[in-house]
Amino acid sequence: MRDFYGVTLENPLMLGTAQYPSPAVLEAVFRASGAAVATVSLRRESGQGQGFWQIIKGLGVPVLPNTAGCHSAREAITTAHMAREVFETNWIKLEVIGHADTLQPDPFGLLEATEILAADGFEVFPYTTEDQVLAARLLDAGAKVLMPWGAPIGSGLGLNNRYGLRTLRAAFPDVPMVIDAGLGLPSHAADALEMGFDAVLLNTAVAQAGDPVGMARAFALAVQAGTLARDADPMAPRDMAQPSTPVIGKAWL
Amino acid sequence: MADVTVIGAGVAGLCAAYAASKAGLDVRLIDRKGSPGAHGCSWWAGGMLAPFCEGAVAEPVIVSHGQQAAAFWAKVTEVTHRGSLVVALQRDREELARFARRTTRHVGVDDLAALEPDLAHHKSALFFEDEAHLDPRLALSDLVAALAETGVQIEQAEVAPDDIQGPVIDARGMAAALPGLRGVRGEMVVLRAPEIRLSRPVRLLHPRHPLYIVPRAGGAFMLGATQLESTDRRGVTARAVLELLSAAYALDPRFAEAEILETGADLRPAYPDNIPRVTLCGRVLRLNGLFRHGYLMAPALAGQAVEYLTKGIKGDLVHED
Repeated sequence: MRDFYGVTLENPLMLGTAQYPSPAVLEAVFRASGAAVATVSLRRESGQGQGFWQIIKGLGVPVLPNTAGCHSAREAITTAHMAREVFETNWIKLEVIGHADTLQPDPFGLLEATEILAADGFEVFPYTTEDQVLAARLLDAGAKVLMPWGAPIGSGLGLNNRYGLRTLRAAFPDVPMVIDAGLGLPSHAADALEMGFDAVLLNTAVAQAGDPVGMARAFALAVQAGTLARDADPMAPRDMAQPSTPVIGKAWL
Repeated sequence: MADVTVIGAGVAGLCAAYAASKAGLDVRLIDRKGSPGAHGCSWWAGGMLAPFCEGAVAEPVIVSHGQQAAAFWAKVTEVTHRGSLVVALQRDREELARFARRTTRHVGVDDLAALEPDLAHHKSALFFEDEAHLDPRLALSDLVAALAETGVQIEQAEVAPDDIQGPVIDARGMAAALPGLRGVRGEMVVLRAPEIRLSRPVRLLHPRHPLYIVPRAGGAFMLGATQLESTDRRGVTARAVLELLSAAYALDPRFAEAEILETGADLRPAYPDNIPRVTLCGRVLRLNGLFRHGYLMAPALAGQAVEYLTKGIKGDLVHED
């Protein structure tokens, strides 16, 4: 298991804390899934929500504050500073949104903010695309973890560009990477782990499920399955059939 | 000495005072601001009595107890029994199917021309026939009047339960500052759009900006409501207005010509499970945590508080401290 700025996670599952039916359900979800990190948005959903922040702190897992909803590097930097004060952590999941409909990251703003925040002692988890060139620049700028998207936030599409993600993984084999956003089903999470990613981060798929606790448990099992599968050296797909029992020499009548 | 003193004249306190008075108790009712008004979150509510719709997200206890609300309110104020409608834009059709799966007592409607002609351009909807709505401010003043008829007047004074002798119902909402109670910010807008006619509340499902619209008298409509984990007490934000009005515009473009009568923001008191409670602390009963279900749940909560006071029965909303 790779470490995230010095922290090794027991469970490669990170969960967002928005959109649950109630804080009680949120707590039950963390208990049932053993999720190892809680992300929390500071910008709007929790603005001055001391009561809610206490609940997040009480989950007993490291908190990864995010800059969700920020549309410029400057906004994201301000939010990151607020987050550091509120949650007393240098971790920041950096989101700089470039497009209101797709919520796609703005690569230029992201790079700028990563550079400034990393220089200021933040441990940056940039929410990025699968773009390899951008990944290299983010690492140069001081990020030691990457969070490539699976698909647009809240879309539930899974791993939208498998080729791009596979290439990104292969290009930076030693960089801890979390697939963040776009996962809709546990099979998507297993897929990400099988592909060699180190963790997944999701929110909507669990929070908006009819039974959030049941879905959280399903995701926990999926990331466990994906990790076991990856460590067990999976077979490569092949085009030709290969019988598992040899045919030649078999008795026939 | 009164049989029970109710502190707080919001929807919870008024319902409790009314239920206690109806049960034959001698009731004293005290509020730091006197009669209900803009200082209390009950003032800003939508007034939907929609237990089945709420069941899409709320716990089953809200659905079951919420069903008695309309009958309670009909005894003191005007309740409109015309059900409620749920619609989604074409591209969010899946949201409607999901809402249908998670709720009960609805029928699918393919043609809204008969039911709600102004929404006929929406091709499918869910109709919750057994739901109702009221005007919250009218309901509060009618309840105050009904209490006056039984001899209960609101005394204006700032008191805490410790200042009072004998049994107390503490229904101060956020002001009670109880452990575990948090504020959940809500923001609303009231429009006047005389061109548009709706006879029942309409919910617009949307993955980012869900909206409900409750028709009020005189061509007015209440648009609600945001739900933020925030104790920010500022007035309504530009973002909230943008979101609420955009959603209303998507429902019916004629809302763009409406006159904005009012905006409001306040905090809903809520416990971690978002279920209201009567908490027993010796001679003090704390009625709180009505979250977004003030008018829906206050009758049941008040009923259980009074049942405990008069008969010692502990209903499912009653908790030990």
